[in-house]
Amino acid sequence: MALHKLTISEASAAIEKGEISPVELANALFDRIDAVEKKIGAYVTITMEHAIGQAKEAGNRVRNGEKGKLLGIPMAIKDNMCTEGIKTTCSSNILGNFIPPYESTVTQELKERGYVLTGKTNLDEFAMGSSTENSAFGYTKNPWDTARVPGGSSGGSAAAVAADECIAAIGSDTGGSIRQPASFCGVVGMKPTYGRVSRYGLVAFASSLDQIGPITKTVEDSAILMNIISGNDPYDSTSAPAAIPDFTSVLGKEIKGLKIGIPKEYFIEGIDAEVGEHVKNAVKQLESLGAVPVDISLPHTGYAVATYYILATSEASSNLARYDGVKYGFRAEGKDLLDTYMKTRAKGFGDEVKRRIILGTYALSSGYYDAYYKKAQQVRTLIKQDFEKAFETVDVIVTPTAPTPAFRAGEKTADPLQMYLSDILTISVNLAGMPAISIPCGFTSGSLPVGLQIVGKHFDEEAVFKTAYAYEQSTDWHKRKPKL
Amino acid sequence: MQYETVIGLEVHAQLLTGTKMFCGCSTRFGSGPNTQTCPICIGMPGVLPVMNKKAVEYVIRTGIAVDCRISSYSRFARKNYFYPDLPKGYQISQYELPLCEGGFVEIPDSGSTKKIGLTRIHLEEDAGKNIHGGANLSFVDLNRTGVPLMEIVSEPDIRTPKQAMEFMKKIRTILRYINVCDGNMEQGSLRCDANVSVRPVGQREFGTKTEMKNMNSFKFVEKALDYEIKRQIKMLADGGKIVQETRLWNAERGITESMRSKEEAHDYRYFPEPDLAPVEVEASWIEKIKADINELQDVKKARFISQFGLPEHDAELLTSERSVAEWFEQAVSLGGNPKNVSNWMMGDLMRLLNEENIPIQNCPLKPAHLVDLLKLIEDGTINRNQAKSVFVEIYKRGKVIQAAKGKMNLPALKIEVYSEVKVIDIVKEKGLAQISDESEIEAAINDILEKNPGEVERFKAGEAKLMGFFVGQAMKATKGKANPKIVNELLRKKLG
Ligand SMILES: [Zn+2]
Repeated sequence: MALHKLTISEASAAIEKGEISPVELANALFDRIDAVEKKIGAYVTITMEHAIGQAKEAGNRVRNGEKGKLLGIPMAIKDNMCTEGIKTTCSSNILGNFIPPYESTVTQELKERGYVLTGKTNLDEFAMGSSTENSAFGYTKNPWDTARVPGGSSGGSAAAVAADECIAAIGSDTGGSIRQPASFCGVVGMKPTYGRVSRYGLVAFASSLDQIGPITKTVEDSAILMNIISGNDPYDSTSAPAAIPDFTSVLGKEIKGLKIGIPKEYFIEGIDAEVGEHVKNAVKQLESLGAVPVDISLPHTGYAVATYYILATSEASSNLARYDGVKYGFRAEGKDLLDTYMKTRAKGFGDEVKRRIILGTYALSSGYYDAYYKKAQQVRTLIKQDFEKAFETVDVIVTPTAPTPAFRAGEKTADPLQMYLSDILTISVNLAGMPAISIPCGFTSGSLPVGLQIVGKHFDEEAVFKTAYAYEQSTDWHKRKPKL
Repeated sequence: MQYETVIGLEVHAQLLTGTKMFCGCSTRFGSGPNTQTCPICIGMPGVLPVMNKKAVEYVIRTGIAVDCRISSYSRFARKNYFYPDLPKGYQISQYELPLCEGGFVEIPDSGSTKKIGLTRIHLEEDAGKNIHGGANLSFVDLNRTGVPLMEIVSEPDIRTPKQAMEFMKKIRTILRYINVCDGNMEQGSLRCDANVSVRPVGQREFGTKTEMKNMNSFKFVEKALDYEIKRQIKMLADGGKIVQETRLWNAERGITESMRSKEEAHDYRYFPEPDLAPVEVEASWIEKIKADINELQDVKKARFISQFGLPEHDAELLTSERSVAEWFEQAVSLGGNPKNVSNWMMGDLMRLLNEENIPIQNCPLKPAHLVDLLKLIEDGTINRNQAKSVFVEIYKRGKVIQAAKGKMNLPALKIEVYSEVKVIDIVKEKGLAQISDESEIEAAINDILEKNPGEVERFKAGEAKLMGFFVGQAMKATKGKANPKIVNELLRKKLG
């Protein structure tokens, strides 16, 4: 049995039955990492010793009769979530030596359920990017074509899942950073409703948009992880006190009569022809399962990218102010305080991070605030209302996840605007705070995965999972593996 | 040229919560550097603030105590700037939609009281402390970082350094009374900044202001403002211009010094704090906080008994309402004997107010009037019965003045009406003052003795009861205004 290929539900069943031990499973994963990581570069830090310790501990718990979906499951965590005693870099030089003395709420939940941490995965520095090329610690490559990017910013997590370098992974999504790499890597990426999952311990990029979510091989695994990481956290006052349903309970329910909205603004010029074709076929497939397509309009879609890049950079300019070389992380000594600040931040941050700090600082400046930040907040409300209005008539909305399949490394690095447009179909969902998933819905003639995005109402991840599972189970896309 | 001073104060008060504003760290003063810190208040990556509800409650309690409007919906904002004692690179504060708006406090002012309006009260977190050591090294202590701080902003209603000091004193008294701040200026738990400007008397526009910092005692508030006003007036008189800037009070040298100019001022780039939900204050919560304040009456009552030696009955009545207690304390602070003040308040004053259902804060007779009246009784100028009629008269005239003030814009009214009633004027007007001038009384007595030689002879022969005759004559001659004590003394001396 190729243990590294297992899903969470398969692996946990095997562990529960005593067919495999958590240590065996962990060793299989590290063998796999040994074999392919050089080609992929998914990880910033590999925590083998720590993982074997965790696997032994999980094994003890299994022997004591404990059961649990996550007991002994090797998982990778995006390196912008704090892990106590384990380096957390955000793929930035400025945190290159940072070891948090605390654990993020999400990884604490995973820890308590006995997961095994394989390592911390690569990302665009501070999650700012769409290709995982903006990392201080090297590029991550797409397992389907190593000349191409895995998407971003959770490119390391998505590539690790696609390349079977972990059983599942956790990512974060501010403007598409879970869904777009999931789409590029042919895996399942879920961005929950804003407030569904605690952000405590997630290094902030844009606080009002950031949300943690799972990246998995199947929809079922996604639902399993969502059951664990969801919930109100006393350490995050933006986490919602909403009831947590059992997300796995909707899997397998039929979707007859389900109304799926097809927004005309998401099927436009600029969408790759093959991508468009696969998504249209996916809609037909859903229709054959009993769903009812409804043409809808989200009229303010055209303003989403501009709105996002004002709000996200404004919040980022403030969130990243703490990296000043005074308390922790990298410091470049200067001749006085101001010089130290400037040298530290000049050397510690990469170009894209600096670009966004400058943009956000400008947008919040006195005299510009009303024209940029305030206006963008107003547009954000309109975008949210677009979705709310659409959801009066439909149950879910279906779109392509990204306008293109994975692009070539270096193709867009010289043109930030082109790079920003890569998130054009995912950004609105973050602005509106809705839940959305990306699942594989086909492959291009060049054997690159294409992603289908399914968006739900606030706190209605159930409809999203139900639709995604129905589609997934009626197709074979999720069973394909890249040749490495 | 005559100049008028305009002062607005920003008072910062550390709240008496046991823990910090966004984490569970202690707020105790004086512990070893950085011993009361955690990832949250140190501003480590990925941590989030969670509001200490007690801090919000204390600000609302303060707002109720100074008659603010309590916002039902309030928001926090980030104030962005770089400084080593500010670990996140921004301070969580309030900008738009503060917790409290409006309100006022009354301060004693040259024998009367003056209302100082409040603009707003908001909640924010304190910064840490930079300590500059030897060998070119600086240290940062973050124990104070994240301690809840309340900012009370006054309207530019203050006209003198003395008023500024009285305002600070009043704020301190209130904050201590409602138990939200210990008011310790030396330890920095109560601090203030001032915006100061001067303008020619009669000019409506404000002059260019300077912002004064580092005034860490009542005395320094008065001194620093005094210095700064003189500096500004001299600057203008010499043909110079005031530069808008921030200035520090240097207590050692007794001067204010420029810290940074307007051009160097920070652009704080305020924006709504995305990590905190807006605070919604429900009416039921406000009612509960009001009830809690009333509970504090017990504390005040106990203090009135111990500090002023009042019987429990008096203390109970005087603390039944905050405004009544304040009226009493104002009178005492102006020099009134506590028991006498209490007697008058509980007797004549309450009777008059109750008759017309007037709240004590609108009482036409002010604490200063009562204190003046008490002094006249004490030095024998008038007796208690006369005092009562003066009391009633002041009360009545005060009401006329209040009514006239309400119609201030009517041109027909004569300006004299507006001048405050003075106790001594009423006493003179009513001809109530006793003659205590010995020479005047002596002249009258000499006259009587000269006109009644027979009675003088009989008195000297032993007819002692004739003393009453002489006193009566003297009182008659002075139309009853002679001080009887002095009359008796003089007669005894002369008839020896
Ligand atoms: Zn703390």
